[in-house]
Amino acid sequence: MGMTLVEKILAKATGQAAVKAGDVLEPKVDLAMSHENAALVINQFSEIYKDTGIPLKVWDPSKIAIIFDHRVPAESAKTATNQKKIRDFVGKQGVTKFHDIRGDEGGICHQVLPENGYVIPGSVIVGTDSHTTSHGALGTFAFGIGATEMASVWTLGTVLNVEVPGTIKVNVKGKFPAGVYPKDLILYLIGKLTAEGANFKVLEFHGETIKNMSTSGRLTLSNMSVEAGATSGLVPPDEETLRYLKEEASVDFKGELLKPDAEAKYDQVIEVDVTALEPQIAKPHTVDNVKPISEVKNVKLNQIVIGSCTNGRLDDLEAAAKILEGKKVSKDVRMLVFPASWRIYKEALKRGYIADLMDAGAVIMNSNCGCCLGVHQGALADGDVSLSTTNRNFKGRQGNPNSEVYLCSAAVAAASAITGIITDPRGVN
Amino acid sequence: MSQEKSKVVALMLNDISTDIIYPGRFMATVLPTETPQYCFADMTELNKRLKNKEIPPNSVIVAGANFGCGSSREQAVSTIKGYEIVIVAKGFARIFLQNSVNLGLNTVVCPTIEASEGDELEILQDKIVNLTSGKTFPVEPLPKARQVIVDAGGLIAYTRKRLLEKVGKK
Repeated sequence: MGMTLVEKILAKATGQAAVKAGDVLEPKVDLAMSHENAALVINQFSEIYKDTGIPLKVWDPSKIAIIFDHRVPAESAKTATNQKKIRDFVGKQGVTKFHDIRGDEGGICHQVLPENGYVIPGSVIVGTDSHTTSHGALGTFAFGIGATEMASVWTLGTVLNVEVPGTIKVNVKGKFPAGVYPKDLILYLIGKLTAEGANFKVLEFHGETIKNMSTSGRLTLSNMSVEAGATSGLVPPDEETLRYLKEEASVDFKGELLKPDAEAKYDQVIEVDVTALEPQIAKPHTVDNVKPISEVKNVKLNQIVIGSCTNGRLDDLEAAAKILEGKKVSKDVRMLVFPASWRIYKEALKRGYIADLMDAGAVIMNSNCGCCLGVHQGALADGDVSLSTTNRNFKGRQGNPNSEVYLCSAAVAAASAITGIITDPRGVN
Repeated sequence: MSQEKSKVVALMLNDISTDIIYPGRFMATVLPTETPQYCFADMTELNKRLKNKEIPPNSVIVAGANFGCGSSREQAVSTIKGYEIVIVAKGFARIFLQNSVNLGLNTVVCPTIEASEGDELEILQDKIVNLTSGKTFPVEPLPKARQVIVDAGGLIAYTRKRLLEKVGKK
């Protein structure tokens, strides 16, 4: 019987010839990622060892990654103290994949992991962050877990009681029209699937459109798969994956590229043609409240955000810079740009994107999650409307329950920055 | 877990996100002993009733589908656990459900549940009886793999047992 990609990966991670959806397994973990919430993981990890007389020791310090990104630099004494506690733990345990608050490396965890070569096709990756799904873009099984679950992984090196998920196959064909991007595709898909349509399942992306898509675009698809409830979003690794690994992550991958079997069994198959796809907007307050931009009229904006693990990469900054070059951000809006990593920031500087964005009136922020999760760097006033390339528009998400968040691509964000209302980028330039 | 009569103290819709349960701006607070103060912080009335201890343990929140969608933040579970509230929902998001099992928050999957605020429910292993309306609704059992964690008294205890076995074997 054929296997899907997630079945192949989990068979390998448990040393079995074959597994099938519904099997309950305890796969070995290849990479265990946390950010500031490692403070809670450390607490729970210590609880596990309490009164056992066994010295506190993680199973494999080379397989743990900790990246500060959620509140960088610390927005409060409490966060700073948590970060200090984590730094001490990292030192004591010898955790090697640690990215502190620095300008020469680091950034948002879901960007830092792939660009540093930590994401290897065919591996099992867990992270104490729901957008850990991102790394499925490189053909891994990557999923979010809670802090206590991570403490268990740090202890045992395995993740307990994983039920092999069923798979929804998404076949994508056609060429994106100018002004339409992978973000529009994933928003469209989430609208179709609904916020719970893929609960307890994974998405597996196929088709010519995916084949021709850069890893950056694939990361956007996999990243937001969780917004349809998916445990992960996987792209079968291919030539582009190998190119990315070699050119952008300095990894010379020599292993076998696991692929799903032709006769694999899927729970559902979805066909999408992007040829006539419009830019898509997720309206407040759920990510599946998606409409084509032609149906979203006269929405006045107060803040525009480009960034996050979803759309803060070089191609996003490029799309925005091209639209804003020589133009001005409307006096009615504040525009914030968060490059997803310092590497991206520096490359965008070199290419002149940062200057174009600044000259237009955008504020360039440091690489971190920023206002996406509503803690700092861009709180909204009562009644404010934000248009954002981030991944969530839940009530209160950007720090104020009396505000609204709309989600879009970087091109829509940039075009809308000029006018101060939600604007179709296809009519600009 | 079966229990005696429980009162429905709040009804909630579909897709109650972790930002509703535990807003992101309180994320720097992580310890289960400290998170309950921010439980449903932006639903100010409910938050006030919880903090004032007007809602006794084993009271029930009845919710729609996809409860707990969004973030993996475990505070969203520990904050409710702090009040020992039971969540009966038509469905849960994956990470929230797993976190609940791991921390021992009583979550009940009941796809057809119908209840109003103030109703008395009897929550049994396989069904919920709404004592006020007289109707009965089937409960979806926890998968066996998750039940072992509940039986062990939560994930900390379960992993501690596994750790001791691992070391003992050496």
